[in-house]
Amino acid sequence: MFAFILRRSGVMLLTVLALTFIVFWLTNLPPNLEKLAKSEASVRMTDAEVASWLDRNGYGSSTLNRYGQWLGVVPGWTREEDGRFTGRCISGTATSLDDAPTRCGILQGAWGYSTVFKQPVADVIKRSLSMTSWLMLWVMIVMVPTALILGVLSGMREGSWTDRILSGFAIITTATPEYVSGVIFIVIFASATVGISPVLTELGWIEGKTLFQGTATAAMDKITFWNFALPVMTIALYGIGYIARMTRASMTEVMSQQYIRTARLKGVSFRQVVMKHALRNALIAPFTVIMLQFPWLLNGVVIVETLFNYKGFGWTLVQAAGNNDIPLLLGCSVVAVVVVLITQLISDIGYVFLNPRIRLS
Amino acid sequence: MTWDPTQPILEIENLSITFFTRLRQIPAVMDFSCKVMAGEAMGLVGESGCGKSTVALAVMRDLGKNGKITGGRILFKGQDLTSMSDEELRRIRGSEIAMIYQEPMASLNPAMKIGAQLAEVPMIHRGMSRADAWALARQIVADVRLPDPDRMLNSYPHQLSGGQQQRIVIAMALMAKPALLILDEPTTALDVTVEAGIVALVKELGEKYGTSMLFISHNLGLVLDVCDRLCVMYSGEAVETGNVAEVFTEMRHPYTQALFRAIPLPGADKNARPLISIPGNFPLPHERPNGCNFGPRCDYFQPGCCDAGEIAMEPVPGSDRHATRCLKWQEIDWLAPPKAAHAREKLPPGEIVLKMDDLRKYYQVSSGAFGGGMTKVVKANETLSFEARKGETLAIVGESGCGKSTFAKVLMGLETATSGKIMLFDENVQSTPIQKRGADTVSKLQMVFQNPFDTLNPSMTVGRQIIRALEVFQFGKSDAERHARMLELLDLVKLPRAFAERMPRQLSGGQKQRVGIARAFAGGAKVVVADEPVSALDVSVQAAVTDLLMDIQRENGTTLLFISHDLSIVRYLSDRVMVMYLGHVVEMGTTAQVFAPPYHPYTEALLSAVPIADPTVTRKHIVLEGAIPSAMNPPPGCPFQTRCRWKSQVAGGLCEREMPPVVSLDGGHQIKCHLTAEQFASMEPVIRIAAE
Amino acid sequence: MQDLSWLQIILKSAIAFAPVWIALALTFALSIRYRRRLGLYGKLFDSTVGMIGFAIVMFWIFTALFADLIITHDPLVQLSGMKNKLPGTAIANAAEGVYPWYLLGGDNLARDVFSRMVMGAREVLKIAPAATVFAFMVGITLGLPAGYFAGKFDTILSFIANLVLAFPVILLFYLLVTPEIVETGIPIWFAAALFLFPVIFFTVLFNSRFHMLPARRNLYVGLTLLIGLWAWAGLAFNKDPTGLFSMSPNMLNVFVSVVFVNSPGVFRIVRGLVMDIKARDYVAAGQTRGEGPWYIMLWEILPNARGPLIVDFCLRIGYTTILLGTLGFFGLGVSPESPDWGSTIDDGRRLLAIFPHAALVPAIALMSLVLGLNLLADGLREESLKD
Repeated sequence: MFAFILRRSGVMLLTVLALTFIVFWLTNLPPNLEKLAKSEASVRMTDAEVASWLDRNGYGSSTLNRYGQWLGVVPGWTREEDGRFTGRCISGTATSLDDAPTRCGILQGAWGYSTVFKQPVADVIKRSLSMTSWLMLWVMIVMVPTALILGVLSGMREGSWTDRILSGFAIITTATPEYVSGVIFIVIFASATVGISPVLTELGWIEGKTLFQGTATAAMDKITFWNFALPVMTIALYGIGYIARMTRASMTEVMSQQYIRTARLKGVSFRQVVMKHALRNALIAPFTVIMLQFPWLLNGVVIVETLFNYKGFGWTLVQAAGNNDIPLLLGCSVVAVVVVLITQLISDIGYVFLNPRIRLS
Repeated sequence: MTWDPTQPILEIENLSITFFTRLRQIPAVMDFSCKVMAGEAMGLVGESGCGKSTVALAVMRDLGKNGKITGGRILFKGQDLTSMSDEELRRIRGSEIAMIYQEPMASLNPAMKIGAQLAEVPMIHRGMSRADAWALARQIVADVRLPDPDRMLNSYPHQLSGGQQQRIVIAMALMAKPALLILDEPTTALDVTVEAGIVALVKELGEKYGTSMLFISHNLGLVLDVCDRLCVMYSGEAVETGNVAEVFTEMRHPYTQALFRAIPLPGADKNARPLISIPGNFPLPHERPNGCNFGPRCDYFQPGCCDAGEIAMEPVPGSDRHATRCLKWQEIDWLAPPKAAHAREKLPPGEIVLKMDDLRKYYQVSSGAFGGGMTKVVKANETLSFEARKGETLAIVGESGCGKSTFAKVLMGLETATSGKIMLFDENVQSTPIQKRGADTVSKLQMVFQNPFDTLNPSMTVGRQIIRALEVFQFGKSDAERHARMLELLDLVKLPRAFAERMPRQLSGGQKQRVGIARAFAGGAKVVVADEPVSALDVSVQAAVTDLLMDIQRENGTTLLFISHDLSIVRYLSDRVMVMYLGHVVEMGTTAQVFAPPYHPYTEALLSAVPIADPTVTRKHIVLEGAIPSAMNPPPGCPFQTRCRWKSQVAGGLCEREMPPVVSLDGGHQIKCHLTAEQFASMEPVIRIAAE
Repeated sequence: MQDLSWLQIILKSAIAFAPVWIALALTFALSIRYRRRLGLYGKLFDSTVGMIGFAIVMFWIFTALFADLIITHDPLVQLSGMKNKLPGTAIANAAEGVYPWYLLGGDNLARDVFSRMVMGAREVLKIAPAATVFAFMVGITLGLPAGYFAGKFDTILSFIANLVLAFPVILLFYLLVTPEIVETGIPIWFAAALFLFPVIFFTVLFNSRFHMLPARRNLYVGLTLLIGLWAWAGLAFNKDPTGLFSMSPNMLNVFVSVVFVNSPGVFRIVRGLVMDIKARDYVAAGQTRGEGPWYIMLWEILPNARGPLIVDFCLRIGYTTILLGTLGFFGLGVSPESPDWGSTIDDGRRLLAIFPHAALVPAIALMSLVLGLNLLADGLREESLKD
């Protein structure tokens, strides 16, 4: 078991390196750098001026070398000009190199400086992640139990009316990406002119103009049901359908197994058959699915935060990418990739724990 | 409600079961009646699809969504099960009636400890406390003679061997001391020597607890071993019922008779007394004929009589509840010998076509669950030496893990040998993978596979698959030539030419197996490896396919390497036999030599384990303890020493230390054993046929 | 002209879709009549779910095909006074020959929402199925040997596949679908690599099948190489002299990204299926007959994996549609004028709370197409299991 986790972590580390390098390479392509130079210095630079600007600011070396610097395993670049030093690890200019550290990459905790937010990347990411973790927490609280219950209920008796209705619901939600469900939700619940809000206002059932708020900006200060329900529902909905379908498939498969028949013919009541015999076996597959959902959930986060104007991680990512903010984009990528990989690791380990057949062999 | 123990425990009256699908209704069981008295073991025999398992599930009232009982009653201790509510059923299931299934692994919950699964039964039915239930479970586990019960209870199913799992399933069924035990092919998935242990256990426990049994099997020999009475089923109907001795010796239904003539009993011989297969095919449920279902395949069929209308069960006078569903049973001369199938000449063996010399095949296997760790060497084949002659049938016998499949792979060139030599005709092929062998060599050495449902590509027509083989073997110059040859091959395996356009799913198991044979012989194969070619087929089809193989062999002078675990069929068709255990050849000789003493102790156990459907045969019962060791972890010394009953007679623990030498007895008979010549001489035959 | 009531809007829209209804009716009449001879496709008509899914999917396919006949206005033309107008609004002072209403209203640039929705179907269906086909080619060509040979090759490919799958899709798009990337020419090389797979696939397919019949082999392989390399040169490098095969750099970039994102998923499915099927006896029979590994993979294993692959194909087109919508929603890789559903939703969402129709119409259209594909996949799965 320990060896397994070790091996898995090794592969994970390799994956992180490979992925971050790809991101680094893609964000540091010559056209990106040219754009950066023009936005930082002057838009009307000639090609030669761009080249010299890049050279002066440490972009002259090879991609691999710069990746090493960014990572913090290669000494940061330095440059001497008229007795003044500039460099990766020096803010502004310095008179000597002695005070500055030689290496300053993400390993040393130096994530760089965001060009859009004019703040250290680490601060920006920390703030946005805390925003997003609230969102994710509520999404998980809503999504996982709902999806599992729906899936188990419909898979328990295949072909029954409960099954058909729940499966129908699940299939519709899997066909509704966040940018569609978000739009529909806003129209139905958060518009003062259409949907159900005007009706409810007229009846006097709700105070204010809308049932829910169509933007989650207010939730950044204080989360309320009123301002947070729609973004959470929007992300959760797609996942609910997907996980419920997995759970249902897994449950119907388990329910058709011989050992369920054995249990039934032992005289175990249907309730107990489901609870004691089927559930554990049926939840192995969905568990891994929930964990592997994270890359897709991140999609949802980006869309929903953009749609509801909630300044979390997804929103920050969009800002960084849209404004060619290379350090921030790199930072976001590292966080995203690491989060995804950690969930994958948890999924692997959890699978082994849930499944005695693997654990003990 | 009280129940009079002189009354039947289970009484099924005119039961009819139909499955409702969207396309049609499929009557699965029609007008089925039987009685099981207290303490009695009732056998339900028939080929696949005859409805025997459906009857069992109907008794449990577990026919699924589509199955409905459309008529009749099932009385258990006088109560009608067909009209019980779910709650009443639940109280009976597991406590009064328990069931044991074919696949032990599948019937145990993989995520629950054995103990919890066992203890559940008394906890539900008798409201026992958890601790008491576990104690009872421990006692019953000891009762089914599993070693180390405490460890067993705390294990998960996958940690046990197949035989142990089946013992656990039996223990589970016995937890509530049920009045009726239903066993649905309980040993089919197990090896023969393991099966023998389970059968002995079931019999013993049945007597000990006084449980009545409904024993479902396709194996007549097994039924003879276990049951007091039996009921033969054919195509959804009971055709004959009676006590075992009577039905076996004085059968009164043509199907029962045909069944007995189709199974290889001791004394049958491929040349002098060949098997008689049942002509035609098992009718599909919606294509059953009028009148007698067996009519179209029956030798005694009389138009206008047998196909006129419903036929009822008719009691045979002066017998022990013996009845038959045949209109003509009184006219048929039951003692008349079968129309003698023409005896054939025995082929004299020709020159040597295949010679193996000290062949070894080792695998490197990495141990540890998650890769990494140390690599282990698995010795799948050790010092294999033999030769096979033209026109000869050499049987390779052994149970799972004995290395017979590895041997076939190496011979075919799918794997290369670790060391040793294989001479095929005059070519050394031990290290030539199949890709490097010429089309000629490949076409001369072909294989027939075990599973008929797997042997043909499901998405290609039968004709296309044979033509593909011809193309690969570079037969013929044009498509037309190959097509003509393909039709000839269909003729050869006695299939209608129209089958060329069929898809495999439209064929029955036996027909598929015939196509597989045609494909193997497409390039005029000289050596054919047949890997259990008939073990997955029904008895009546088995005989026909075996016969076909023999016929083709006789015509072409093919050398047949017949891999099998079924000693009956091996005795029937092979000239020489090679017995394998854990990668070693433990005994080799002519069929007569291997089937008569002196035996290798393993051969002796194997012979005694195979049930024989003939009451005149007496068999010594030698039950092997324990399971077959894993090839990953073979015991030191003699591979068989862990289960050998002769081990104590070899002085000084030699068996545990040294690999025995190969002892050559007269006539080329070889045995790999430490026993002395005197000890060999003292061995008694396992099987005795009573004098007529 | 009067503004239309809701009933009139529905009626007029239905009339506008007339060519689609006719085509649908024909398809269904013919298919149901001959369904017993049509294999799995025919069996689809035994399943209600499958039939509904198929109807929805075909509705959008026919809509895309006949879009020119259906649209009531040019989707790019702005009519003054029609900005943010509600569905059914009549056009003031409509010129002769101009359809007198905006059936589903006008958007914030005063364009006809109905016509944009119809044209959007064409945009989506131009890319999604083709991209999925290419993803399948790549996934199959790599997944077959990975599953069949296992070993090192499999380990490396699986690592790469997991690498791509671990990448959050949205991030990948933000990195790949940018004008800067197009400038570097990376998409072209990417396309060159990805588009080569179909050519390799068919060449190996025919070669393994006919290698012992050289005349036939040369014909098939020759034709494949000729057509394949011609299309390849056109699509990847825009060097097709006849101009039959070509793709704009922006479109190429989107296409390649979508193929790239989808391929690892297909790879994993194919690999799993192969590992399962390769243990069958008919594969062993092929091996003992001396067949080459590629014959066994392509002709013995692949056809028997078709059931799950067809189901996945349908689901994956839906997934690709969602991805394309996502791209549009973030304005990646599409021209700002494009009527594709994703960017239309993005345009419309700014005034969502006041004028919902501009975003709602494409949203529902996209949802219904994906729903149709999911239902179709469900129906196919159900029927293919029934055999």
